[in-house]
Amino acid sequence: MIDPLTGEFRVIGPGQTFKSVTAKIADIVLTPKLSLGWLAFLAVAGSVATLLLVAVTWLFLKGTGIWAITQPVAWGFAIINFVWWIGIGHAGTLISAILLLFKQGWRNSINRFAEAMTIFAVVCAGMFPLIHVGRPWLGYWLFPLPLTMNVWPQFRSPLLWDVFAVSTYATISVVFWYMGMIPDFGTLRDRAHSKFAQYIYGLASLGWRGSVKHWMRYETASLLLAGLATPLVLSVHTVISFDFAVAVLPGWHTTIFPPYFVAGAIYSGFAMVLTLAIPLRHFYHLENLVTERHIDNMGKVMLGTGGIVAYGYGMEVFMSWYSASHWEFFMMWNRMFGPMGWSYWVLIFCNIAFPLTTLWFRKLRTNIGFMFLISIIVNTGMWFERFVIVVTSLYRDFLPSSWGTYRATKWDYATYVGTLGLFTTLFLLFVRFLPMIPMNEIKMMLPSAKITPKAETTAGAGD
Amino acid sequence: MPVAVEGIYGMIAEFDTPSDLVRAAQAAYNAGWRRMDCYTPYPVEEAAEAIGFHKNKVSLITLVGGLMGLCAMFSLETWISTLAYPLNIAGRPTYSWPAFIIPAYEWTILFSGLSACFGMLALNGLPSLYHPLFNAPNFRTGATDDKFFLCLESTDPKFDVTETRAFLEAQGPVSVVEVEF
Repeated sequence: MIDPLTGEFRVIGPGQTFKSVTAKIADIVLTPKLSLGWLAFLAVAGSVATLLLVAVTWLFLKGTGIWAITQPVAWGFAIINFVWWIGIGHAGTLISAILLLFKQGWRNSINRFAEAMTIFAVVCAGMFPLIHVGRPWLGYWLFPLPLTMNVWPQFRSPLLWDVFAVSTYATISVVFWYMGMIPDFGTLRDRAHSKFAQYIYGLASLGWRGSVKHWMRYETASLLLAGLATPLVLSVHTVISFDFAVAVLPGWHTTIFPPYFVAGAIYSGFAMVLTLAIPLRHFYHLENLVTERHIDNMGKVMLGTGGIVAYGYGMEVFMSWYSASHWEFFMMWNRMFGPMGWSYWVLIFCNIAFPLTTLWFRKLRTNIGFMFLISIIVNTGMWFERFVIVVTSLYRDFLPSSWGTYRATKWDYATYVGTLGLFTTLFLLFVRFLPMIPMNEIKMMLPSAKITPKAETTAGAGD
Repeated sequence: MPVAVEGIYGMIAEFDTPSDLVRAAQAAYNAGWRRMDCYTPYPVEEAAEAIGFHKNKVSLITLVGGLMGLCAMFSLETWISTLAYPLNIAGRPTYSWPAFIIPAYEWTILFSGLSACFGMLALNGLPSLYHPLFNAPNFRTGATDDKFFLCLESTDPKFDVTETRAFLEAQGPVSVVEVEF
């Protein structure tokens, strides 16, 4: 696995040149053929996304009463899905920003589609609070706008902080993603044969010509954006956890929520990157660019963040005993052994028991089929984590007379499944029309990109 | 002083490897060339160093943008909560500055991020719909793929069609091409 030229671990398969990298990545996009497999996937994902359209249309006509939300569980699937989707998005930012700052070169192969995943996840996430407000056509009331009513938002509420955190996150993610693609659009423009593709990619590339002066400013801007996105991504899930932690409800009112939410977000996000990367490298034959090293490293990140999540669960249980609060104690008992106790054990199995015992072994971390399975399991587990936090804390609160239950309706499921379809549809369009791996960043890692003094090259080349 | 030749943007030399480009760029800089640029398919820091491009203003623009975002949001919150629409929320002071930090923090990042991206594009003179370099026949096929270019521009006082060509030929390029406007 050690590359003799650089003396470092190999993150890209051997025998790649500048030309082969361009050809491999650009031709996925520029080929005039539409593969049947892609069309079939798009048809399936598109029909599932249509379900979302139907569900949301019916919601706008009837109101949020078609969902299961009522007292005492006033936050149901909408908030669960919002937190889950945003969390998935966080891994994309982590890969593109934090790993860039830590100079983890291996991230270069996966950062573009991880960023795309972030954006599509934020699209799915951002929709839920908007449709949850009941009158989505008044959604602009969330922003501090000089309206004729002379009413302004209340800045002491975490729900308003969410508006700024999520909208900033969406904007910065799109900017970072687009900026990263500008040089690659230049490559696509120069490589495209059809006039239409040249025109479209030419416009998108903004006239990029690869001047090193431009490159240096571009690198500075990328580093700065990475440096800005890092505190941003940590703050977004922190602010989302404030939605819960600022409330006085047992199970929500804890100070461990911010770090535990962020770790959980990254855990589920890496699982989603694996869910996407494993089929992509298989179908588009990218095994030389997204190597086993990537899969292995993502497994290690999941092991680390999963450990933090496990600590969070443990601490929640410990605090419900140590707080000596009757309500806290009952909440935890009810969460584990109450009528919805099964959901807690699903989460413990999916997030802790199964992944944190198996991910220790390199043999399993480099077993592609196993990693695909574990990515699905962790995503399920993280969805259940949000379900447990939202529902089991709410449905049995202080007064037994106000206890209730929660049973999601078919419209809840339709909306949730629909967003999975929307996400997949957007992702399929992305892999077909945009460069899914940053060509310039891969080229930077090739051995031929090393600058060598003249004497050495002539001696080495031998001609 | 020779006058820039009418209708010529510059002279570009094509190289196969980044090392050749860096050497040629260094040689041109040492020979007194200043109006020049290198074109590469990925960032080559050594080439930027060689042509004397050491720092840029993107960080400054980002800092200014971030401070603007911080001030904008914090003063907006203060004005709304104390003057425009004071609300009594559980008896908390109208000027609850700890709560105001979070949206102000988000807008600091928002403004500085947008400044970094758009500042970078503005300093690069992008978007631009036309550039003479694309007239060079070999530029389009290589500059964004696997070739490395050094362009000596005609606005440099040292520019002279024959001498520049001779100088570039001496650097061992694949080819040297005149670029017309």
